[in-house]
Amino acid sequence: MSTALEAAFKEGQRVRVREDYPPGHIRTPFYIRGKVGHVVKALGEFRNPERLGLGLDGSPKKTLYKVRFQQADVWPNYNGPVHDSVDIDIYQHWLEKA
Amino acid sequence: MRGPHDVGGTPTGPVDTDPHKMTFWEKQIDAIHTLLGDEKRHITTRDENRYAIESLGHDAYARLTYYERWTAAMAAQLVRKGVVTQDEIDAKVAEIKQRLEETGEIE
Repeated sequence: MSTALEAAFKEGQRVRVREDYPPGHIRTPFYIRGKVGHVVKALGEFRNPERLGLGLDGSPKKTLYKVRFQQADVWPNYNGPVHDSVDIDIYQHWLEKA
Repeated sequence: MRGPHDVGGTPTGPVDTDPHKMTFWEKQIDAIHTLLGDEKRHITTRDENRYAIESLGHDAYARLTYYERWTAAMAAQLVRKGVVTQDEIDAKVAEIKQRLEETGEIE
């Protein structure tokens, strides 16, 4: 990975998804905004789809993370097995320290 | 604002998981979509088309099938970018409709 955009979050770190609802081409699912999970790994740097969606070149690139959430933290009254989780790929600008 | 595509966690009916074959026109739309974004043309990108699909509105999104959404979104972008006019699309659709009516392929 280049040093231009060093991963701001480390493996295992707890992160909260921004609870924002802006217009535009947003790849962060609605249901996960505001939820807390932990970083599984940084996946690399990719062109920003929010800007690509507008016909721009997608720069600057953003680091994408695989983030794991416990289903019980995502859904109210979740009654599946306690260890159930969901992994979602989320761009760095949608994450903050939790 | 929750887009019509962003339905994770919302109540729904049974999901049809049967695989189905693509029809010929669906393959054509897929091919045109790729050609519009290729190295030679650069007219639109996959991300732009996704955004255009998300921008069709809840009613149209619910009413249209998967590739009908692609088609509507591509048409909207081609008009917006000045590649074709809505009048040209409407005229072509009318011409094809008339031809198919004459051959009895549609009523």
